[in-house]
Amino acid sequence: MKQNSKRVNDVILQTASIIIFFIIVIFSINLFFAGHYSPGGGFIGGLMTSAALVLLLLAFDSNTLSKVLPIDYRLMTATGLLIALATGLHSLFFDRPFLTHAYGKFDLPLLGEQTLHTAIAFDLGVYLVVIGVTMTIIQTIGESE
Amino acid sequence: MTNLLDILIYISLSILLLAMLMMLYRVVKGPTTADRVIALDSIGIALISVVALLSILLDTTLYFEVILLLSILAFIGTVAFSKFLERGEIIQHDRDNDL
Repeated sequence: MKQNSKRVNDVILQTASIIIFFIIVIFSINLFFAGHYSPGGGFIGGLMTSAALVLLLLAFDSNTLSKVLPIDYRLMTATGLLIALATGLHSLFFDRPFLTHAYGKFDLPLLGEQTLHTAIAFDLGVYLVVIGVTMTIIQTIGESE
Repeated sequence: MTNLLDILIYISLSILLLAMLMMLYRVVKGPTTADRVIALDSIGIALISVVALLSILLDTTLYFEVILLLSILAFIGTVAFSKFLERGEIIQHDRDNDL
């Protein structure tokens, strides 16, 4: 590590942003799952998750973030689009029109009986696409010299 | 129908409007960029109080997400502006070896 007189030590920003990162991520997950009954949904949840990642980019640097979270965001966008398309296409196998959603009651091991709807899978696709596109834009702009 | 709570909320809203107008004066006039950033941050905080008062006035809980969202966005925006003022670039590539 070479000595440089211009280096700035911002320990307060880094310590605070590590804690605030988890609060924002939990809030975005809450927004994502609340979308069916209250304001929220995949779009704003994805935006808040990418805001948390941007906070880490501000407090640290892009090398550190790619080391901590080795995610290919373009692959993430493609995965989200694939999930959304598969959610639309699965109803064709049951002789229903495209994007017909279904639901059912499931006995989950830890959560008890829950009603799951395939709209949450479509929302998961939207969530992944929003995170992927936002982080691709920000990283592409940030890394251009 | 106007009861005491509604009157109090309208009084608080007008006080907040006055405060936001004064902060807007500081945004326009402010001699340095740091003054403008601080004033914009304060406007964001005052906007949170306006949303909270409006959710009481409209008797709804659907605006509570907006409050948390505005506080997070105001924080991130202020941090980004501060980093731009201090370093000149917002997202560094490698902070240990560059600079």
